[in-house]
Amino acid sequence: MEQVLKSHHEVEEKHAGLEGAKMGMWLFLFTELLLFGGLFAAYAVFHTVYSKDFEIAHHHLDRVIGFINTLVLITSSLTMALAVWSAQTNRRGLLNLFLFLTILLGTTFLVVKLAVEWPVKFAEGLYPGGKEFNHLLQEGHKGQAIFFSLYFMLTGLHGLHVLVGVIVLLGILFLALRNTFSSEYYGPVEVSGLYWHLVDLIWIYLFPLFYLIK
Amino acid sequence: MKNEHKEHIVTPPVYIAVALALYVLTVVTVWVAGIDLGKVLNTTIALLIASFKASLVALFFMHLKYESKLLWFMILIPLILLVILLALPIIDVINRAGYFGM
Repeated sequence: MEQVLKSHHEVEEKHAGLEGAKMGMWLFLFTELLLFGGLFAAYAVFHTVYSKDFEIAHHHLDRVIGFINTLVLITSSLTMALAVWSAQTNRRGLLNLFLFLTILLGTTFLVVKLAVEWPVKFAEGLYPGGKEFNHLLQEGHKGQAIFFSLYFMLTGLHGLHVLVGVIVLLGILFLALRNTFSSEYYGPVEVSGLYWHLVDLIWIYLFPLFYLIK
Repeated sequence: MKNEHKEHIVTPPVYIAVALALYVLTVVTVWVAGIDLGKVLNTTIALLIASFKASLVALFFMHLKYESKLLWFMILIPLILLVILLALPIIDVINRAGYFGM
């Protein structure tokens, strides 16, 4: 009986630890929301003032690539959620697989962004300080220049978050491969999952705001 | 005493259903963007769809649906701040349209 009570207490304690860890991550995510919120406010103001310029400028972005990257990120969120489920239900093989897939998809997103999308913009000189960018400024198309500034700032900051997420998940995968996690202990998997989903959530807004403007 | 968790475990069918809904809504948002409804209506619809997708992610992927009342209450705070942060500058700009040459 005593043994049972003790283990019950231990489980309770572990549970409280997980609750605290999750709340801590949520608090961090709140600050992330407001960090991106400031930039979204800038977007809202400039979109209101320069709506025509924004509409013209957004045609320079490749809608198909943006669409594909959206699907990639949604899928990565699915595999992340499934990784948490695998840990919760003690399926270690699946946990490793789903963590690997999430990392792979996150990396795919970054490769598409940094090796496909951005180089095209750089080649066109459509980046802050670029030739075509300065041209737009001089010819009075300030709104279009601002569009590209916001595009690089927001997708850049978002990309940085994806990169951090990939690094964190590599650490989690490393621990998972050493059989650290089980249905009794999976807090780190769930908490890094929360972060990963927030990154997906922000992209859900970035995609229509930059690629599908009217 | 094994598996004694108060935590609700969401099962794969739920996750897959949510992901499918997110795919469909992504297609819908691209499709709607192709229809010219005017700037305000197009932007509003795009943001409504995005917010619905974001809610799905938060409720199911992030398990918010199964979280405590305390967390729900806490989330209200950044959301209210976010609304203020976004709404006030927009209202300001719209009310000084002449100044911005709109």
